[in-house]
Amino acid sequence: MNAITLTVNRRRTTVTVAPDTPLLWVLRESLGLTGTKYGCGIGLCGSCTVLMDGEAVRSCSLPIADAAGHRVTTIEGLSRDRSHPVQRAWIEEDVPQCGYCQPGQIMAAVALLAKRPHPTDAEIDAEMTNLCTCGTYQRIRAAIHRAAGGGVR
Amino acid sequence: MSAGPRVTRRRFLETAGQVGGALVIGCYLPQHRLAAAQREAAFAPNVWLRVASDGTVTVTVDKSELGQGTQTALAMIVADELEADWSKVRVGPMPEDPAAWSRVVSRAVQTGGSTGVYTSYGILRKAGAAARAMLTAAAAAQWSVDPASCRAERGVVIHSPSRRRLGYGALVDRAAALPVPSDPPLKDPKDFRFIGSRVRRLDAPAKVDGSAAFGSDVTLPGMLVASVERCPAVGGTLARHDGDRARTMPGVRHIVAMAGLPWKGSGGAVGVGRAAGVAVVADSYWQAAKAREALHVEWNADASASLDSEAIRAELLRRSAGPAATARAEGDAPAALAAAGRRVDAEYETPFLYHAPMEPMNCTADVRADACEVWAPTQYPTRAQQVAAEMTGLPIEKVRVHTTYAGGAFGRRIDSDFVAEAVELSKVTGAPVKVIWSREDDVRHDFYRPVTYNRLSAALDVSGRLVAWSHRIVGTPLDVKLAPLQNGLDESLLTGARDLPYAIPNILVDEVAVELPIPVGFLRSVGLTHNVFVVESFFDEIAAAAGTDPFELRRSLLAARPRHLRTLELAAERAGWGAPLPAGRGRGIALCEWGPTTCAEVAEVSVAANGDARVQRVVCAVDCGQAVNLMGLEAQIQGAILYGLAAALYGEITFRRGQVVQSNFGDYRTLRLREAPVVEVHVVPSADRQGGIGEPPVGPIAPAVCNAIFAATGRRIRRLPIVPART
Repeated sequence: MNAITLTVNRRRTTVTVAPDTPLLWVLRESLGLTGTKYGCGIGLCGSCTVLMDGEAVRSCSLPIADAAGHRVTTIEGLSRDRSHPVQRAWIEEDVPQCGYCQPGQIMAAVALLAKRPHPTDAEIDAEMTNLCTCGTYQRIRAAIHRAAGGGVR
Repeated sequence: MSAGPRVTRRRFLETAGQVGGALVIGCYLPQHRLAAAQREAAFAPNVWLRVASDGTVTVTVDKSELGQGTQTALAMIVADELEADWSKVRVGPMPEDPAAWSRVVSRAVQTGGSTGVYTSYGILRKAGAAARAMLTAAAAAQWSVDPASCRAERGVVIHSPSRRRLGYGALVDRAAALPVPSDPPLKDPKDFRFIGSRVRRLDAPAKVDGSAAFGSDVTLPGMLVASVERCPAVGGTLARHDGDRARTMPGVRHIVAMAGLPWKGSGGAVGVGRAAGVAVVADSYWQAAKAREALHVEWNADASASLDSEAIRAELLRRSAGPAATARAEGDAPAALAAAGRRVDAEYETPFLYHAPMEPMNCTADVRADACEVWAPTQYPTRAQQVAAEMTGLPIEKVRVHTTYAGGAFGRRIDSDFVAEAVELSKVTGAPVKVIWSREDDVRHDFYRPVTYNRLSAALDVSGRLVAWSHRIVGTPLDVKLAPLQNGLDESLLTGARDLPYAIPNILVDEVAVELPIPVGFLRSVGLTHNVFVVESFFDEIAAAAGTDPFELRRSLLAARPRHLRTLELAAERAGWGAPLPAGRGRGIALCEWGPTTCAEVAEVSVAANGDARVQRVVCAVDCGQAVNLMGLEAQIQGAILYGLAAALYGEITFRRGQVVQSNFGDYRTLRLREAPVVEVHVVPSADRQGGIGEPPVGPIAPAVCNAIFAATGRRIRRLPIVPART
């Protein structure tokens, strides 16, 4: 067990856990931030996507030791009142079905839009690799365009 | 029809500190249909809606929210008849004592079969209408005017001549004291405000900020978390285990051996079947998962060592020549086939499938000496409660079930194996326990969609008319989950095959049920997932053999089935059926029914020079009768089509030496965003009988895509998946 300090949703936080514990389980179990989900444990599905220093990372495969000293943003830290443009677009387009993968999808979309404020469909195809077995992809695409200020395409 | 639901109310006493009363409207079954225990409490548990003194309307829902949007649709039905202000409508928790909850259609609290909206439609309209009538009468009494001069509109009652207005919240005390109208007038459908419109989901806000609580998010004081090493081979038992090293690892509290339970139930007892396992129970999930790797476990797995996908294939093929049970026989198909001018014969195969919900199985239980609470993302709270009662020995009313949001289900969460695990572990350890399955656990210990082998023959007469159809389905039966088969027929294997809608004078559909030890389960659209692929692909083969356009041939045989016909025609029209396509592109069409719902799809597929197929566009038409939420319906159809497409392209579970070969999304592929075609949804305006929508669109996508590939390339796909891992 090690004491590890990182910044989560703008707060400096110290946790005492085994250093190989994935960031995902620290967020969920040590910090009670359950919006970030476990989906596959090997970085394939993206349900656990959070931002680290602004980049999308798959927290299920990131040992907490590697997050030490970094800035992590989870779905809970995106806004206090669902006012982030991506959250608003997700509601407008009625994206969620079961909703389980959506925090990860939203964080991936936030990272995409930070890099490319007006992504093309091809850029969305390339960057949005998170899985959704409910099949919300069509509305995810529309919501990303909406959040980019491009309406619904 | 038997006596319909009666509407009743009880005065709801507010707890101290709250202001004012509330109006509560419930519905209950006629007395003779209630069990004795329920009769005494007939008024209490059946509350459908509650109007509070602040005007908030809370609708009780007894359908689990799995992503299908049913809870929003149910609230819309109530709100429409109630003339509610939508901004004040909430959905309440699911019934926590399912045994005490009674319904008109079924006493079970269960979500499945695409039944949620249409089976609730009548009763919820009535409940909303009764409340509206009472609130209107209350306002009229307060103003001392004729109720006929008052109308309800968006949460207020208005006295038309004087334009006086009173909000529902201010009327609840008076309304609650009024008699409940037994047969309140319902709205004319032309006056619907919500039903048939596009309304955003009520649960979306909580699902975009991380606050929606799924089963895996449940946290209780003193809760432990379990990860279970299960026998990898079907039906194996625990030989010996050594947990000494695991026990010394950080956070580990208990090592618990758990016996396997049979998955074939009886008497309607779905789903406690589970593999034998050894649970590591720790303070946190990661600690449990790490310690699980340190377990030493030996299994007795010899019994299923010969269970291998190629051997299963060979066995189905062998059994296809043996005796079969007849499911449908019209005319004399064998004779017509023997006398046929031209015959078309083909064999089709479909694999085992995994449900692939994004949230792996999980459940939390807190078993005490005198009570038990369960938190479960379940489709079947009634069964979850029964399982907990059976495993603890507690009376059913001492078990409370908290139905959480489920991160996808697709039929997987009809079973209660995960409930049985959590309850057993909480009982043994004396602490609240949350069991969390890894993705690998979820892939390898599913109840799989059955495997099938199909043999089909058709006869064309000299004029090219389709005169005979025979279809033999050889598959692993599903209904043995509930009870032994009757007459050798497994009904679940027949859906989508026996109900072939085309007018053919000689039809034979029969079945060979091949029981295997591999656990099977209900997967979104059940028999349609394999049968619609088989029959609609084979139908295309017949059209090709007859030299007829596949849409026109279908159309010519649907004269007696107007609902099917108009659905098919709408899909074809919107897809531009018959319009020229560039080289390398093709269109395919397919049709199915699910209860009264009819669904047709046209897929447009491009095939690259290397043979890679890409679905560019799908046009879907449905006739489900009066639709409730068009926004939710569209989402369900898009989702169902992508779900079916993922399975058609990639879905396949295989076995080697009794063990599932696949383990995670790397070797059990599903669709990514870049592979998702645009899906266009068209609803047939219809006042015909209502049906469900969540499942039917899964069926036609595989054959529509395969028929399009045939149109583009001349290559006929008779075995799924289209892109096999095997090569």
